[in-house]
Amino acid sequence: MSDVYVLGVDMIKFGRFPDRTVPNIGAEAALMALDDAGLSIKDMQAMYCGNLGQANAMVGQRILQEIGQTGIPVVNCANACATGATAFREAWMSIKAGMYDVVLAVGVEQMGKGLLGGAGGGDGIPKEGLLGSGTMPCVFAEAGMEHASKYGTTFEQFAKISVKNHHHSTLNPKAMYQIETPLDDVMNAEMISYPNTKLMCSVNVDGSAAAVLVSEKKAKELGMQRAIKVRASALASDPYTDRDLVMPDVNACTRIAVKDAYEQAGLGAEDVNLVELHDCFATAEMLHYENLGLCKDGEAGMMIDEGHVELGGKIPVNVSGGLLSKGHPLGATGIANIYEVCSHLRGEAGKRQVEGAKIGMTHVIGLGTACAIHILEKS
Amino acid sequence: MYLNYKKNLFQCYLKHKYFYGGNKNMLPAVDYLIVPDKGDPYLEGHKCNVCGAMFLGERTVCSKCFARDKMSKVKLSNNGTLYSYSIVYRSFPGIDVPYISALVDLEDGGTVKGNLINVEPDPDNVDFGMKVKVVYGDALGRKDKDGNSYMSYFFEPA
Repeated sequence: MSDVYVLGVDMIKFGRFPDRTVPNIGAEAALMALDDAGLSIKDMQAMYCGNLGQANAMVGQRILQEIGQTGIPVVNCANACATGATAFREAWMSIKAGMYDVVLAVGVEQMGKGLLGGAGGGDGIPKEGLLGSGTMPCVFAEAGMEHASKYGTTFEQFAKISVKNHHHSTLNPKAMYQIETPLDDVMNAEMISYPNTKLMCSVNVDGSAAAVLVSEKKAKELGMQRAIKVRASALASDPYTDRDLVMPDVNACTRIAVKDAYEQAGLGAEDVNLVELHDCFATAEMLHYENLGLCKDGEAGMMIDEGHVELGGKIPVNVSGGLLSKGHPLGATGIANIYEVCSHLRGEAGKRQVEGAKIGMTHVIGLGTACAIHILEKS
Repeated sequence: MYLNYKKNLFQCYLKHKYFYGGNKNMLPAVDYLIVPDKGDPYLEGHKCNVCGAMFLGERTVCSKCFARDKMSKVKLSNNGTLYSYSIVYRSFPGIDVPYISALVDLEDGGTVKGNLINVEPDPDNVDFGMKVKVVYGDALGRKDKDGNSYMSYFFEPA
């Protein structure tokens, strides 16, 4: 099987674009990724498109209607917040399978403001606020409080994650916000679902990101200088765990995916120079230091206290600003974090550059549950 | 003030009625809550006879061990311990906040999610592992589009 490379990759600056359409937002990133690869839509042999909000509305085809209709196969993917990474992985698989040499993956989302999730629907009466809460800030707060129960993790430690990611975003011109949020501001912001304050919740934004994936043969033909090798692509669903049906288990799913990813790459956590992981809430990031093997179980609080996960630390996490400040356009997030890691591996990340980065990892969780992990290497 | 007092009295009467056998015309808020015509309401689990996994809601296949047609209905305990929680300050419009969203491990198996009531919603008052009991009552006055009343369950400190 051929190795697969990312030849072109880019994202738009995340923001709010209520006057644009979903395909129009996606088309912009697609063209940017094509330009980055030095290729044309004519060169693409297939397209995989990730979008959640219009999953039944042929977003991939509508993007091609904006940038070039060549008749290639298009597959539209939806996999909750792992949607973009799933589209990328489908593109990777199609090249692995020997079907194509040049494939386009696009992730795009246009979001409203406000709370996501919520129990209910179906017959009878609404269950939100009657049988607990199904809102995302609460579900991920409950997952964080499970960690607090086991290891004594504090509100302040969770809040420090948000301070860190907001700080990182001040160095990223493509982030939604570039604002420092000191610890007091984070802890005193409106409490949404304890211990997640408003500044500890990801930002609902519009955005898109895209990548051009190529086979090794094609990468050699086109020039390897800026090509990034995909060392691993792993996808897992939630295994049965005792409380999974009332408390979505983002831990078990991540642990399955990361084990697979390290095995594919023949690498371990100690080989990874930077990580973009799914900080949909500050409480979520804490869990994944351990899930991804960046530290031992029970040491996540120490990782943030000692600064190991900051830019300049032992293993910088979410130097893009993460979902907390860069923003979280659901279908775009999985490819946007691949863009971030590629930028560092190429040495093109500007002020937030992780010096000497050779191996990077991306991680997303789609609640319900899907986990996608990619390990990327400078070629 | 007086009207409020009257209203409270009326609510006490309603509560009394629901707690002591007047379950008629009350529909269960979820399918794993059983409201018999006579007798006390209870939560029902579906337990896999092969591996012991406990589920809420009727099913035929065990997602843990994949056994088919080996499920038995079991009456779940009204006693449990608090596994995890969050205090919800922002919810959807029309929903009273703050409240405690709680995950409770029941004695003899099964984990259920619901509101923890009769505790001040403050992290200082909520302890992991605290003993709670399942109590049953009107679903916060919520009615469906046909005007039906519902019974639900809550947790309170044991």
